[in-house]
Amino acid sequence: MTLLDTHIGFIEALRSAGLSVSLAEGLDAIEAMRRIGWGERDVVRTAYAATLVKKQAQRVTFDAIFDLYYPRLVGAGVAGEPESDGVRDNGAALTRFTDELADALADTDAESQRLQDLAVEAVGRFGAMPGRGPGLSSWSAYTALQRVSPGQLIGQLVAGLMADGMVEEDAERIAGRRIGSFTRLVEDDARRRIAEEKGPEHVANIVVRPTIDRLDFTAARRSDLEEMRREIYPLARRLATRLTKQQHARRRGALDFRRTVRASLSTGGVPIETHHRPKRPHRTELVVLCDVSGSVANFAQFTLLLVFALREQFHKVRAFTFVDHVHEVTHHFTPGGDVVEVMENLAASTAHAALWGRTNYGRAFTKFAEEHADALGPKTSLLILGDARSNYSDLALPVLRELEDAVRHAWWLNPEHTRHWGTGDSAAPAYGEIVPMVECRNLTQLEEFVSAISMGTQPAR
Amino acid sequence: MTWFSSPDDASARLHEAGYLADAATATTAYLAGALEKPLLVEGPAGVGKTELAKAVARSTGAELIRLQCYEGLDEARALYEWNYKKQLLRIQASGADQAWSETHDDIFTDEFLLTRPLLTAIRREEPTVLLIDEVDKTDVEVEGLLLEVLSDFQVTIPELGTVSATRRPFVVLTSNATRELSEAVKRRCLYLHLDYPDAEREREIVTSQVPGLDDAVAKQLVDVVARMRELELKKAPSIAESVDWARTLIALEIGDLDEAAIQRTLGVVLKHSSDQARAVKELRLAGK
Repeated sequence: MTLLDTHIGFIEALRSAGLSVSLAEGLDAIEAMRRIGWGERDVVRTAYAATLVKKQAQRVTFDAIFDLYYPRLVGAGVAGEPESDGVRDNGAALTRFTDELADALADTDAESQRLQDLAVEAVGRFGAMPGRGPGLSSWSAYTALQRVSPGQLIGQLVAGLMADGMVEEDAERIAGRRIGSFTRLVEDDARRRIAEEKGPEHVANIVVRPTIDRLDFTAARRSDLEEMRREIYPLARRLATRLTKQQHARRRGALDFRRTVRASLSTGGVPIETHHRPKRPHRTELVVLCDVSGSVANFAQFTLLLVFALREQFHKVRAFTFVDHVHEVTHHFTPGGDVVEVMENLAASTAHAALWGRTNYGRAFTKFAEEHADALGPKTSLLILGDARSNYSDLALPVLRELEDAVRHAWWLNPEHTRHWGTGDSAAPAYGEIVPMVECRNLTQLEEFVSAISMGTQPAR
Repeated sequence: MTWFSSPDDASARLHEAGYLADAATATTAYLAGALEKPLLVEGPAGVGKTELAKAVARSTGAELIRLQCYEGLDEARALYEWNYKKQLLRIQASGADQAWSETHDDIFTDEFLLTRPLLTAIRREEPTVLLIDEVDKTDVEVEGLLLEVLSDFQVTIPELGTVSATRRPFVVLTSNATRELSEAVKRRCLYLHLDYPDAEREREIVTSQVPGLDDAVAKQLVDVVARMRELELKKAPSIAESVDWARTLIALEIGDLDEAAIQRTLGVVLKHSSDQARAVKELRLAGK
């Protein structure tokens, strides 16, 4: 493959991963390479990133694909395959390797180069799966990690760090992070070797995960959830700026006759410039009713956080959580409150929302209508969050219809993909007939929805 | 003229100008100069986006022209404006003996043109660094205006014709990403994301910005700031805040950054009360 083929393949892969790389940007990249040359991999990476990636959120995807198309080394590198010294994988080799790894991990100032080399060796020595049929990959990060099991080194590492005078929690945190980064290096290296055998374009489709703002709430891992949570405040700030700006643009109201006539005096009585009264801003009262049972708890938390981060945009916000019983949680959201604390309080209060612990929408709606009917009024918008999976219990459709009648607008946000609505115990179609149901699977969709309702417009279905 | 001769040259000269750039920043700055393309710098507040533009100007001996963006910025304040009061005076002074066509030609000349930052930067003969600061604060219409300037480095004034740059300025756009910029603008720029630096580089920055700071204290400070950034805070401390903190320590003559000292000066680094409470809790400052 020539350099140009690689370049074009690389850009193709970026495009299919969702980065909008234009022809002009591709040409810019080539022009940049002409200036800096292909001598150093990191410089090449920087130049590509500067010319092709224009959103930081896409950088992770870019790095993953770059590693496939411009691998750090080929095969086992200059050192050669481990067969040269006769042994490939045996007990002695494993012991020696583990010792070396423990040493490298414990070395605080170790440059990443050493870990990198060890990761390459780990895959080369312990992750090989020779003799598999054509089309199956012959390298496995899983096998390598099973064999080396770096997790066992955590204890040793923590002890070492504590001997250096570190507090136990800090030591555990640092040890965990180092082991994690080694694991990631091993996974990267296995991917590199597979890409080398099968061609990068086959691997690119598999390795690329959606960016954090397009990741499904229900498919998120724990680390993703943390990252998403960090996104909430920037997201709220962005939304608030945009909303204030849009409201300014629509501020012009009815003609202010007095001011217009006064101003016309300076132009000889001709009303060249008209003056208008400012429009009274329309503010929605929002009541959020959310399912916090295990399956959708994450989604509910994110939406609540975002809604409360934007509270200035609404007249008043009240929030209730339910599993099979309703519990008000508004008081947990103190202005300027700490995100982590709010999340902890929310999690703790889940117990109040459950009597038997099985989601029961019908019962929750009935209870809500009995106990908190005062929350709803003709100015209120009702927002229901949940997957509408009610364990085949009574749906209490008439109660929901009453609730819907009592408020100005009602929406239902469903974190499931539209194609799953109505499957199994999902009552989405039945509820969807009464309350308009909107699919909301990731941060981007959530952002669109919240921006639409706080502007008082009808969100897209 | 070439701005920098190589990435290493960029790094060295920025360092001389008091800006410690990492490899990616230096390479991208070099490319922006070599390809004569605008450089869009994004990142959290206080990581040195604006400072990068200033450092480029200092290190290359160019003059810095700054356009601060804000909501409601328009053509008249970004590009150019006719000095209509002076034009009015000119018309009144000419009296009745001059034909309209002559007056017309007279009043639309350079003399009556008030140039604003964008036009100034394009017309300058000497090397210029044009800093368009916080470009995300502007309205979408201004982006359209920037398009012509950034792609061809020319401005069309109906009465005068098109003014092209004799020497392309080094353009730096900064953004806090409160709003997504349009694809068209992004396509014309090189992109650089500045993030919080690693501990080593941050220590260098702090010690170079705050001479007289003890090395041991600098290390403690950088460690604490790095730990704070790992917490879930509303606003993580940036480099600017580390530097402020270092200055505070010098001013208060604190020679050792222990728990009590951190707690007394926490307000310099963290500016939300809930963030401070969280830091005290997580860094275990209270109990000791």
